[in-house]
Amino acid sequence: MAKTMQNKGSDKLNELTDKVQSSQAWNSIFRPGSIFRKGYTDSPRNRSYVIMNSVLYHLHPVKVKRHAVKVSYTLCLGGLSFFLFILLTVTGIFLMFFYRPTAAQAWNDIYHLQTSVTFGLLVRNMHRWAAHLMVLSVFLHMARVFYHGAYKPPREFNWVIGIVLLLLTLLLSFTGYLLPWDQLALWAVTVGTNMMGYTPVFGNQVRFVLLGGSEIGTDTLLRWYVLHVLMLPFVIVIFMAIHFWRVRKDGGISGPL
Amino acid sequence: MTEIPEHLRKRAEEARAKAAAKKDEGAPPAEAPAASGDDAASSEAASKIPAHLLERAKAARSKAAGATAGAESAGTGVAATSGGGTAVATAGPPVAAGPGGHTQRLLTVVKSGSIQDVKASPQDKVHVWPHLLSVEFVAALLCLAFTFVFSIFVNAPLLELADINKTPNPSKAPWYFLGLQELLAFFHPMVAGVLLPGIGLAGLAMAPYIDRNPSQKPEDRKFAIALFTIFMMSCAVLTIIGSFFRGPGQLFVFPWTEGLFFEL
Repeated sequence: MAKTMQNKGSDKLNELTDKVQSSQAWNSIFRPGSIFRKGYTDSPRNRSYVIMNSVLYHLHPVKVKRHAVKVSYTLCLGGLSFFLFILLTVTGIFLMFFYRPTAAQAWNDIYHLQTSVTFGLLVRNMHRWAAHLMVLSVFLHMARVFYHGAYKPPREFNWVIGIVLLLLTLLLSFTGYLLPWDQLALWAVTVGTNMMGYTPVFGNQVRFVLLGGSEIGTDTLLRWYVLHVLMLPFVIVIFMAIHFWRVRKDGGISGPL
Repeated sequence: MTEIPEHLRKRAEEARAKAAAKKDEGAPPAEAPAASGDDAASSEAASKIPAHLLERAKAARSKAAGATAGAESAGTGVAATSGGGTAVATAGPPVAAGPGGHTQRLLTVVKSGSIQDVKASPQDKVHVWPHLLSVEFVAALLCLAFTFVFSIFVNAPLLELADINKTPNPSKAPWYFLGLQELLAFFHPMVAGVLLPGIGLAGLAMAPYIDRNPSQKPEDRKFAIALFTIFMMSCAVLTIIGSFFRGPGQLFVFPWTEGLFFEL
């Protein structure tokens, strides 16, 4: 009795799945080759369509060299840097709802976020740790690429773009460091920007523009906030797009050794 | 990049192996004798051309011979058919056939390598879906899980409100700049803060243009690997000293006696 009931239930479910999958709405959302489309079977043709007919074609070719999928070759470091960037964007947008970049409000906003916003502390923690992890993973990615000699022709220029990305990652992390406006932030940034002031010829001018004055204050906070949430992410996304595109255009990832 | 689908490649390989095996065990097939014009009949019998086609060819040949003879007798001076069968028949369609009734001959075989520059060789490739996407998905999940769990147990620091009049001792830069801050102990700030990192970054960026060695194999790149390892290790050592071994007044301390002066 129970078995027939179960069969009936699964029949109903199948029928419903069938109906939903053949609806116009469903078919307009999932392009041919999507694994969610009706009648997807695991065939070489469909495996190709999954990538070729989706947004993923901008990141991946349909096929890659067999050694390129080995975790021991890449350690996933480049991909994880990109994933951490996405994670930082998502958590960062959440933090932006609760933060005002002025000297009078910034610290209180963070404190308020930690103590009275649901998941506020957790999301702030994730943002901070993911930021440190991203700096680390970008460094390690660079080391991995060097040890595999992957910067050699035809990938020379992509290595240069990678160095630009490393620099942008450091700048993103450094501009974010000031935003909590606590003693740690203020004095870490003071030390960092004092070093910048020693640049020959135009050091003081650069420092003045970056700080919005001759010392760190509420203008600095606003400037670094705009750099951190808008300008640097915009620039780094452009460079990342070129970086990923060049990986494919230069014949996929390097190797095997 | 020419890609040969994997199943086709495998099939071709199997066929090749099978053919090789056959060749080894069986005696080599008797080469068809290069038939001369005289024993055309025997070669006709040996050839695989269907009988009715052979009949038709024979009839056409005799007809053409007659026509040529006629033409010669008429004194028009038409080029005669050559014995080998590469006839230039002036009257009617080209009908001359070689031994065995073939109407064309293989003059030469030109290997593709001598006239085409074949750059791509078949590569062992796998589908991105599911082989690469699943790996990337798992890596992303693990990374997310690690960040999530770590964030539950370890809180990001939030010290007291910034006060420009209260300098903490020691004042430290973010950890990734602590190597540079450590250099300040040895060099003028312009050297430690601008010149050395500038040279380091420029050197890194120009590495592919400086390193002209085309090999990717570690055994051919001992110098490059040694140099880079020294660079990375000195960065790491300076950062670790700057992070954990510098206390109040940037004086050298041991973290296990004086405690940590480090915030992430």
